[in-house]
Amino acid sequence: MNPEQDGPASLLDAVRLNDPVAPVVIVGCGRLGAMLASRLSRGERRVVVVDRNQAAFAQLDADFSGFRVTGDATELEVLREAGLEQAAYLLVTTEKDTLNLMVAQVGRTVFSVPQVMARVYDPQRESLYRAFDIETISPTSLTALAFLQRTPAPGGY
Amino acid sequence: MRVILAGEGRIIYHLARQFRQKHGMRLVIVTPNEDEARTLSRRLGVQVILNDATVPAILEEAGALRADAVLALTPHDEDNLAICQIARQLYQVPRVIALVNDPDNEEIFHRLGVTVAISATRILSILLEEEAGFEAIGQMIALAKGRVAVSEVVLRHEAPAVGRRVDSLELPEDALIGGIIRSDNVLIPKGPTQLQGEDRIILIATEDCLHQAISLLAGTAAE
Repeated sequence: MNPEQDGPASLLDAVRLNDPVAPVVIVGCGRLGAMLASRLSRGERRVVVVDRNQAAFAQLDADFSGFRVTGDATELEVLREAGLEQAAYLLVTTEKDTLNLMVAQVGRTVFSVPQVMARVYDPQRESLYRAFDIETISPTSLTALAFLQRTPAPGGY
Repeated sequence: MRVILAGEGRIIYHLARQFRQKHGMRLVIVTPNEDEARTLSRRLGVQVILNDATVPAILEEAGALRADAVLALTPHDEDNLAICQIARQLYQVPRVIALVNDPDNEEIFHRLGVTVAISATRILSILLEEEAGFEAIGQMIALAKGRVAVSEVVLRHEAPAVGRRVDSLELPEDALIGGIIRSDNVLIPKGPTQLQGEDRIILIATEDCLHQAISLLAGTAAE
């Protein structure tokens, strides 16, 4: 194997994160995934978007210059095809919590992607997966926070 | 023993029916399917929760805190993984067992803390790939995370191992004959034991040399 792989994981992570051509892989091309892909592509990042439904790619910007991979992201083959072995970032944004969490963990453990983020709707699950070295982003918690900041309660929340 | 079955389909019904007959088994089923929930509770009289087992609160309601085992048997790998991880991580369930639909995910499940991951696809494809013909091989049990298989190989009269002594077989390094069932007797094989047609051989072998060991004993179907 590559001699570099004997070094500490954090060093390897840093190498991949600082590689300007290491791609960002986005799983799920819904409203959120398509927006992220289009914006990052505009920002001159190499982007690969994965969705099992080819029609979903219609939501991407007309000038989107990244790659599109059609397939089920719970299959290792599909993730490999998306270039997860070289990816610096993995953003998992499908509508299904359990799928996002599985893909995120596979990205981290099998493909050693340095930075993995997953959308998780259910805050109860979010707390659980912090234990697995996966950064979770919960729209429910974020939205609640935004509302609460504008709605003071005397006793706190 | 307290067991939680999570999932849907006929497999849940049949497993529940089997478990129900076992003494001291306390079963709770969690299924998202309303028709199945009704059938299960009417016909088997077991406790059924109609809900999504991938939500921690639902597993807790099903008694995850005191459960001895959780079986995740949905048709979606991501759900089975989530159910197992929630059971294990949040409720410290000692045994979490998952059905793996995509056989490539089997190893990943083990790495992510699932005690036993069972891939029906893989078991069936192993059986089909064996050139000896699957009618000759039965009762595969996967041990040590699928690395070791216990199989029963039936010797046809024309099989290459018939008439040979066990110590002359040149089985691969990681294969072993654990027993021979001849008529209704079980023989523990010694070096000089001679194999006969219709012997049922209990073969213990690692995944890597299973194929080689079986063709050495039973030959190929083409013969």
